[in-house]
Amino acid sequence: MTVLVFTLLVFAGSAVAGLLGALTGLGGGVVLVPLLTLAFHVDLRYAIGASLISVIATSSGAAAAYVREGYSSVRIGMFLEVATTIGAIVGAFFAARVPTRALAVLFGIVLIYSSWLSWKSRGRRDEMTIIADPLSDRLRLSGNYPGPGGQLISYKVANIPQGFSTMFGAGILSGMLGIGSGAVKVLAMDQIMKIPFKVSTTTSNFMIGVTAAASAGIYLSRGYIDPGLAAPVMLGVLVGSLTGARLLARSPVAILRYIFIVVILVLGVEMIVNGWLGRL
Amino acid sequence: MRLEIDDKRMELTMGMLLRFGVVMASTLVLAGVFFFLLDHARQPVNYRNFVPHPLSIEHRQQLLSGISHGDAAAIIQVGILFLIATPVARVVFAVMAFLLERDWLYTAISLAVLGVLLFSLTHPS
Repeated sequence: MTVLVFTLLVFAGSAVAGLLGALTGLGGGVVLVPLLTLAFHVDLRYAIGASLISVIATSSGAAAAYVREGYSSVRIGMFLEVATTIGAIVGAFFAARVPTRALAVLFGIVLIYSSWLSWKSRGRRDEMTIIADPLSDRLRLSGNYPGPGGQLISYKVANIPQGFSTMFGAGILSGMLGIGSGAVKVLAMDQIMKIPFKVSTTTSNFMIGVTAAASAGIYLSRGYIDPGLAAPVMLGVLVGSLTGARLLARSPVAILRYIFIVVILVLGVEMIVNGWLGRL
Repeated sequence: MRLEIDDKRMELTMGMLLRFGVVMASTLVLAGVFFFLLDHARQPVNYRNFVPHPLSIEHRQQLLSGISHGDAAAIIQVGILFLIATPVARVVFAVMAFLLERDWLYTAISLAVLGVLLFSLTHPS
């Protein structure tokens, strides 16, 4: 394959990954890395390097749109970023020392787990009663968001230590695998800390870029970020995810979600098998 | 005159800041890809084997000379560095905004995040 054909194909593939990632809310990274390694035979380290860059681009590119809706909480985000950024450094440190085969297997497990999480969370409702953590007010994490009628709905945050440690884990995964690990971040905020779903997803988007930036320096110095590969991936994912965000209101999101759940499940199995056999 | 700022306004400004960073970075990367393809379009591609070409803040001299020679890879790399700097700039902005809000707790929390980011960018590997 020549560089021209490769660049165009990678751009197109990344655009599809970004589109699906935005429509399903799982981010482009989870399909991008398997796509690059399994279909384009790119070394896993180049793939996670390029993916990490695309994660920063989409998170930052979408932020302006999310902020306008008024759901995201800059305080919750900043507080939890302490955990995710430290985790990201630890993860990037491991990424350089763990054999590629083990990384591929871990990636597969994360894919299957994300698939299961999405399956479980389909059509869920908000919690009725929560026991707020006393730290919620002390740390000024309690907030409010606009309800359907325009009135402000206030919320408090629960289980802060558990949420904080889960975020540390999300940071490690992000640093090891070059993904945003949005699914784990939303899990920590929505399920553990009982933060309203919309607040969780939009705040997670903000955190993803900062988390990824924390491991980017290590990736750069290790040579994981190849300009010829990272460039079409970054531009493709960006175009795809911004298009996806626009199409979101008019798309059959439920059906897409089912398709995506199956796709990442299959990719997860593929990553584990290929990693195990040392074919990546 | 006191600068009026609240969380909502802070987030709106952050959103614009991030968008600006992404637009700048993508423009650079797009230009870089264009020149890259002009030079390498017909060459065979190989990413199957990992050959590290490290890049870090210490290589800025090398990057600058690359750009002055119209090196496409160097233009892409500057775009990527610009992109990485974008979320860092958001945290810097948060530090300033919380200072203006006189919210010392969150000034400290943002400074901690900034510290971690700067540590990772200046102490690679």
